[in-house]
Amino acid sequence: MSVAVHLSSHLRSYTRGRSDVEADGDTLAALVADMDRRFPGIRFRMVDEQDHIRPHVNFWVGGSLTRDLATPIPAGNEVAILGALSGG
Amino acid sequence: MATRTRARTVKKATRSAGRTGRTGPSRPRGAASRAVRKPSAASAKSVISLHIATIKGAFVLRSDRARKNWKMEGPYFLGSEANHLVRDPRDPSVLLLAARTGHLGPTVFRSTDSGRTWKEAATPPAFPKAPEGTTGQVVQRAFFLAPGHASQPGVWWAGTVPHALFRSEDGGATWELQQGFTRFLDGLKARKPDYIAETPGGAITHSILIDPRDARHMYVSISSGGFFETTDSGRSWSCLNEGCSVVDFLPEKFPEFGQDPHCAVLSPADPDRIYQQSHCGVYRLDRPATKWERIGKNLPAEVGDIGFPVVAHPRKPDVLWVFPMDGTDVWPRTSPSGRPAVFCSRNGGATWTRQTRGFPQSNGYFTVFRQAMKADHQDPAGLYLGTTSGEIWASPDEGSSWTQIFGHLPRVLAIEVGEG
Repeated sequence: MSVAVHLSSHLRSYTRGRSDVEADGDTLAALVADMDRRFPGIRFRMVDEQDHIRPHVNFWVGGSLTRDLATPIPAGNEVAILGALSGG
Repeated sequence: MATRTRARTVKKATRSAGRTGRTGPSRPRGAASRAVRKPSAASAKSVISLHIATIKGAFVLRSDRARKNWKMEGPYFLGSEANHLVRDPRDPSVLLLAARTGHLGPTVFRSTDSGRTWKEAATPPAFPKAPEGTTGQVVQRAFFLAPGHASQPGVWWAGTVPHALFRSEDGGATWELQQGFTRFLDGLKARKPDYIAETPGGAITHSILIDPRDARHMYVSISSGGFFETTDSGRSWSCLNEGCSVVDFLPEKFPEFGQDPHCAVLSPADPDRIYQQSHCGVYRLDRPATKWERIGKNLPAEVGDIGFPVVAHPRKPDVLWVFPMDGTDVWPRTSPSGRPAVFCSRNGGATWTRQTRGFPQSNGYFTVFRQAMKADHQDPAGLYLGTTSGEIWASPDEGSSWTQIFGHLPRVLAIEVGEG
């Protein structure tokens, strides 16, 4: 299932500057795995080696925030991967 | 390894360069060529490059042979926390950079053309995936990068937060956790769980020192936990902390381990001479002895011997420099009494000389982190330090005089010196 993914600026060095991409997956885990195939290296910057979403990366599925990679992606939903408010 | 990312090429560090497609480093406005006020620079035999890692990216300052005029290159990876930028002495066109951002995870970038282009590690330092139902560790940052022994081209070592040692055998493309060091630390934790701990900057693995005579012989420090030695390339380790005291953060004054070494260096002229600036003093160790001597007690009492960096002279084992900080009261970690000063000893720490010419004589509250003070190999040796307020200071005459050669950078985390 193809999913529209919107990326904040933090990740666009992996997508050659594109803010919106397509990837396949019916769960976030599958989606992120496919994104890593298309944009090598992007997964490890978003998801740590214990398969946890990094603290300042926010995944929104159909407008709902989730921190669980097992979250299903209903057909027709968009995914937004955004940076959390943080900094200094 | 739970997560194996593939290599990618990063054409440029900065957003502007990415838009324009240029392959050279972008330059900050007004910083392309900045002359230095330097009255008495001694000539160097080769060009010096300072590889500067800051909280907001990496920079390179390159000198002329007089070490008088400096030009800025970069920023590289502007906005990323650059923990360590190191040039490979075995192949000077190679740079490795340990970086992360406020949002994204840690990684390592490698350039084989002196910073024009960068490629991300295919497998950055990462812990193995923990078995189901258990909690695994996560690398928060690669803190310290060390080129391997001269006889091992392509070998690199990395110390991370939290405490762990990684090794690469392919120039930094893939990294593997060194289980021997992890098992050793686990054994120490099993004995005294609270003696292997975190600092405010995390559980830092640093000062990876390789004996130039024997690639299997290494030392590694952790903050906090102590100073350790291996003679078999890291398969087994032992504590080497006798004589190093602990003040005010553990109940024992001289534990077998648990100390907080801030920085340790081998004398380039005598690898059996080791200097250490710890949380609790300045020390010297002459191998094969195993007991450190607190040489910092010979510093002026009103200054003390607390600090982050220590630097060894490139040719004279008895010469070293420290940059003391205020470790009294609530530990301001700034220059004592607001008077920044380097202290030099030319007799292995028996006596010290205060070196302040060029520094503010009052109201100067510098903090210099553990990796942010280094020497070159010229004659006389040049010294360089970076402050948390983004200033780069240089001395062409072994600390006798100092000049601010650049300012207004982000907080400086580390400096490394390249030559030639």
